[in-house]
Amino acid sequence: MRIVGCHECDAVMEEPFVPDGGAAYCIRCGALLFRRHSRTVEVCFALVVAAAILYTVANVYPFLAFQMQGQQTHTTLLEGVDALMDQGENAVAALVFLTAIASPACEIGLLLYVLGPVFFGFRLPGMAVAFRFVEQFRPWSMLEVFLIGILVAGVKLADLADIVPGTALYAFGLLIPILAAASNFLDAEIVWRRIAEEA
Amino acid sequence: MAHGSPIDWPHVQCSVCRLVMRVPALRRGTVRQPNFCCARCGATVHRRKPDSLARTTAFLLAAVFCYFPANLYPIMQATSLGRAQEDTIVTGVVYLFESGMWPLAAIVFVASVVVPVAKIVSLAGLVLSVRWKSRWRPRDRAATYRIVELIGRWSMVDVYVVTILVALVHMGTLANVEVRFGAAFFAAVVVLTILAAESFDPRLIWDALEERDGREARAR
Ligand SMILES: [Zn+2]
Repeated sequence: MRIVGCHECDAVMEEPFVPDGGAAYCIRCGALLFRRHSRTVEVCFALVVAAAILYTVANVYPFLAFQMQGQQTHTTLLEGVDALMDQGENAVAALVFLTAIASPACEIGLLLYVLGPVFFGFRLPGMAVAFRFVEQFRPWSMLEVFLIGILVAGVKLADLADIVPGTALYAFGLLIPILAAASNFLDAEIVWRRIAEEA
Repeated sequence: MAHGSPIDWPHVQCSVCRLVMRVPALRRGTVRQPNFCCARCGATVHRRKPDSLARTTAFLLAAVFCYFPANLYPIMQATSLGRAQEDTIVTGVVYLFESGMWPLAAIVFVASVVVPVAKIVSLAGLVLSVRWKSRWRPRDRAATYRIVELIGRWSMVDVYVVTILVALVHMGTLANVEVRFGAAFFAAVVVLTILAAESFDPRLIWDALEERDGREARAR
């Protein structure tokens, strides 16, 4: 018998049987205890590889172009941060950099670093530390919010000029459901056990 | 939905990898165990987040302090063909409603106006309820905290919109967008409320109930 605990109310209970794809909730407070995905390593590894490729595309290419009376400007994420710095808003620029560029990159990179070795059956130093930080970066990774931001900005500019969606916009559109699926399919307990047993 | 049967022995749970460990040496009510690390992932284990209420209160007060300049001062200034217009958070939402983009306007209204206030009010309520050792509807309070955690990030929308507009629209007198004073305060509100939510420990909600159960058990 294994013991599981609720991270929201500190209740401890015997690990309930949960069929594959199912979820267990706390008896006392109703919080999600865990989702069971026996193939979590394979599925998440595939999703994270896809996410890494899409993330690169999304950051290299411009996501919006703006045309007005023969002039055209376009912007990538990093150029957006740069524009804020030019106007002296370093704090806001840092926040945008952290939430839209650095945190998603760390989340994807660290997941690759952990799931790759677990998937192929070898070890890298510091896998436990890396997996610990995945959780820490998650609240600060806000790409889905950024996508809504692009839509709102597009609407505001549509009156003024022509808006041309760029390659990166489509990459974002694919990246966000893939990242959401990856975090949904992640059965952290299984990954932790695999990291611990191979130690 | 499935659940097992509850168990009652002294334990701590690692907040990172969620391993449950038996800790006989840990006294009930002990918050800090400085050199106690999780056996599996190595993270420092706290029975409860350290100074949870004080930290949450501090972040909330700072957020309230920043909330007023964030809404009173413009977050950006748009110049088009020599005509300058300053936008605050609220006028930005009004503009979206007027341009007929209802779904998007609703999202931005909720994200920028409703969410920050709702977050500050509900977290303040949670802190007070824990301070007063309230036993009122713990399940609903726990759910409130879960929602607060989930929605907080959406307030970032307006910060991103300003970033994108500033990056795209820089064509001199033809069209230009500049970021203004209010944006930094608004960003501060978002960050401070997220930090406040992260500092709050939802397990405190249940401690008041356990104290009562413990007293009743001892009385019997
Ligand atoms: Zn619970």
